Amino acid sequence: MTFIRKPKIALPGQKTNDLGLYLRDYEGSMSTLCAGCGHDSITASLIQALWEMSIAPEQLIKLSGIGCSSKTPAYFVHGAHGFNSVHGRMPSVATGASAANRDLICIGISGDGDSLSIGFGQFAHVIRRNLNMLYMIENNGVYGLTKGQFSAAADPGSTSKKGAVNVMQNINVVATSISMGASFVARAFSGDREQLIPLLKAAIAHPGCAVLDIVSPCVTFNDHVGSTKSYAYIRDHSHAATDVDLVLPADAISAEYKEGETLAIKLHGGSTILLKKVDAEYDPTSRAKALAYLEKHRDQGQVVTGLLFINEDLPDMHGIFKTSTKPMKDFKFHELSPGSDALAKLQQGMK
Amino acid sequence: MPATQNRINDFVLKIGTVNGTGSASANSLLMKALFRMGIPVTGKNMFPSNIQGLPTWYEIRANHQGYMSRDSRVDVMVAMNAQTYQKDLSEVSPGGFLIYDSTWPRERMLHRNDIIVLGVPLSKLCNENFSTSRLRILMKNIAYVGVLVALMNIDLEIIRTLLQESFASKPKVIDSNLKAIMLGYDYAKKNFTCPLPVRAEVMGDNSGHILIDGNTAIGLGCVYAGATVGAWYPITPSTSVMDAFTKYCEMFRTDEKTGEKRFCIVQAEDELAAAGMVLGANWAGARAFTPTSGPGISLMSEFIGFAYYAEIPSVFIDVQRVGPSTGMPTRTQQCDLMLCAYASHGDTRHPILFPSNPGECFEMAVLVFDLADRLQTPVFILSDLDIGMNDWMVPELNWDENYQPDRGKVLGVEELADMDRFVRYLDVDGDGITYRTLPGEDPKGAYFVRGSGHNRYGAYTEDSSQYQDLVDRLLIKWETVKSLVPAAVLNKSEWRTQVGIIAYGSSDAAVIEARDELVEEGIQADYLRIRAFPFGQEVTDFLHDHEIIFVVEQNRDAQMKSLLMLETNDVADRLVSILHYNGMPIPSECVVRGISEHLKSEAAA
Repeated sequence: MTFIRKPKIALPGQKTNDLGLYLRDYEGSMSTLCAGCGHDSITASLIQALWEMSIAPEQLIKLSGIGCSSKTPAYFVHGAHGFNSVHGRMPSVATGASAANRDLICIGISGDGDSLSIGFGQFAHVIRRNLNMLYMIENNGVYGLTKGQFSAAADPGSTSKKGAVNVMQNINVVATSISMGASFVARAFSGDREQLIPLLKAAIAHPGCAVLDIVSPCVTFNDHVGSTKSYAYIRDHSHAATDVDLVLPADAISAEYKEGETLAIKLHGGSTILLKKVDAEYDPTSRAKALAYLEKHRDQGQVVTGLLFINEDLPDMHGIFKTSTKPMKDFKFHELSPGSDALAKLQQGMK
Repeated sequence: MPATQNRINDFVLKIGTVNGTGSASANSLLMKALFRMGIPVTGKNMFPSNIQGLPTWYEIRANHQGYMSRDSRVDVMVAMNAQTYQKDLSEVSPGGFLIYDSTWPRERMLHRNDIIVLGVPLSKLCNENFSTSRLRILMKNIAYVGVLVALMNIDLEIIRTLLQESFASKPKVIDSNLKAIMLGYDYAKKNFTCPLPVRAEVMGDNSGHILIDGNTAIGLGCVYAGATVGAWYPITPSTSVMDAFTKYCEMFRTDEKTGEKRFCIVQAEDELAAAGMVLGANWAGARAFTPTSGPGISLMSEFIGFAYYAEIPSVFIDVQRVGPSTGMPTRTQQCDLMLCAYASHGDTRHPILFPSNPGECFEMAVLVFDLADRLQTPVFILSDLDIGMNDWMVPELNWDENYQPDRGKVLGVEELADMDRFVRYLDVDGDGITYRTLPGEDPKGAYFVRGSGHNRYGAYTEDSSQYQDLVDRLLIKWETVKSLVPAAVLNKSEWRTQVGIIAYGSSDAAVIEARDELVEEGIQADYLRIRAFPFGQEVTDFLHDHEIIFVVEQNRDAQMKSLLMLETNDVADRLVSILHYNGMPIPSECVVRGISEHLKSEAAA
């Protein structure tokens, strides 16, 4: 927990983004999470990514369920509307909000408890709808607020702080998401800003449901020897399959795409994801190959990171439904209500 | 054989068929023909929770006085399902008629001394005249319409016109239907004395009226209210609400040039998600609703409590079916009152509207959005299977061209510019309703929605006084609710009386008819029809103005009576329940019997 609140004043020499906003303008309330919590590092990276992308605060909505991760929306972009919903139900609220106003940029922040147990159904179905959102899972393998029970993401054989061994199989966010037909799946580590920030930017720019599994150690309940979600374990076992950069539409002209190990994926919004394949055999456009690669490295005890799957051609929810490009909330009443003549005519068929 | 009495434009015609054999179009043809002859009609569907194979019945009541409730007598039974011959035979009222398919004669089995059984070889006729097996099955049902047209003096010309209207684009279908009609018609004319004493006669043209079911009316009302987001999970008997909403949205809100839709309908993974979508959409500025039934409300209760506490406008339409648990999904009850009134954990209360027929379903489907937006809280429509899925005759629906939706207290960019600071939960006007802003408009209006303890600013709190400050304001809002929901409708009796009746929703039709019958027995009763919860002053006044008040409702545990006792001053000793909860719509005789027997026993005591 940060105890000293820094003053919100613009200091000389601080940079502004395209909207003329300082990095500080993307901050939120003071975090009440434990000092050293992986979640707070993620929030810092998210603030950086949103600022760099010059996203207007009011265009953003921040939603969450219940748990440590779900407190996060309060800690960034105070100028955005936030919605801390009920446990495991963030995806449905996000779906409704996007149905009403498709122009909003939607960031959902969940945890492994929130998404993989109580909210597993909603997690699956928001992927099926390919809702245009960033779906972050701050994954620490434990229930922190209720004092350290295993979550469904805990690896078999890993131990709790008190020494209990998890004997059940885990739900792997990345493999599950790919299997369910997600259009963008990536994994990152809270402690690696260099990788996380570009992944966050690519996920936000992706015009569909972008699932980002972020291993985020719980310093209080899951950072001991025997944990597979500790800082030490992830640093030793992470294996980057891809490295990502995002080129926004404005910068596209000057950007040079390197041949060979670089894959340039153009998104429908005009941005380009530049994908540097760290591992030459990795193919993030094939479900079968991605899953095989993930399994192979899981067997070797490695946690694969990077952009692991992308299909930018899947239509998002509005594309599937052919809803108007104008947000529902902006229609005038006369554009929606058919009027008395139409009603009279319709009732001719009810006689 | 008893003397058969003439029953002209006052009869119940019941048709028993097998689910999935296409009898619905035959039955609707009969309903519409009687309607166009100017006779007030209602049609009730008694269907199984099944796709194909189980017995199903359709009951048409024609009544020249315009009574709309179910009458449990049966004057003419068409028994098309051999599985239910015994049951169907036993239900016919003395002096009535039973028509069956005598291709396979059942003279001994289908015998009762006090009714007349008429056999028509419908299968034989259709097998001889139609070539495909599909047509033979379908046309057998149309052929019994022909039999009834002859026997019950139904206007053949109207039948012809109806067929032409229904199948305008398919002349072949008109031909085969007409052929089947004439097969039945000619057989009846040749073999029986037509018409029967139970018959129809032209009364007028029912101008100014329509035939409609409540779910269609609600779906249409949601379109007229300007709802753009509908989220739902399929559940009987509410599914046809979303079917209607979808149909009319496709009709009225699809851009002719681009094909773009001015609506967004999401079939959710379950009712929990449907409720979450409704909250998300309303929060983001659309009018959004979900139709469901009791089991769905149980699941949605988590979000209903959230919407109450975080003050998010939301519309929940509960088309009630028989509970508890899965209960009987295709039967009717008024059993979700307590569930909806106090849905979710903690101290919660929710406004409810009770439409009593499809006409009111349409009006209330518009009003419910105004109330939700104005009050920033979940608002319910409590319909039921009887209103929702049965065919009712109601006055034509009207639309006021001057209607503008009440979007409630929403601040936009301009209003925010004039303010020093936006405070989400500050009661500026003293009515308990605070101002909200919409995402996507102005960072100055940003606030945090949460179901956890929050203060006036929407900030998290565990502070006792801040918590209490907010929940006490919600009580002030509850008082405002009372002034905004529709008042109960009072029907005074001709003479001054100490006897009162309270009813709501689909019990209304039975009470209207029962009051007339009670007058003939010398019992006068004032009638208050409750249209909303919470109750207004007029309900309290009615309770205090009568010495005995009969509360008529369709559930076992007297839920409305309980609500009245909880929410008004102690009147328990003057409330008497009349309950009907077997799953069939309440008939007037249940009300008449209940009231007259109680009053007689009191007089004797």
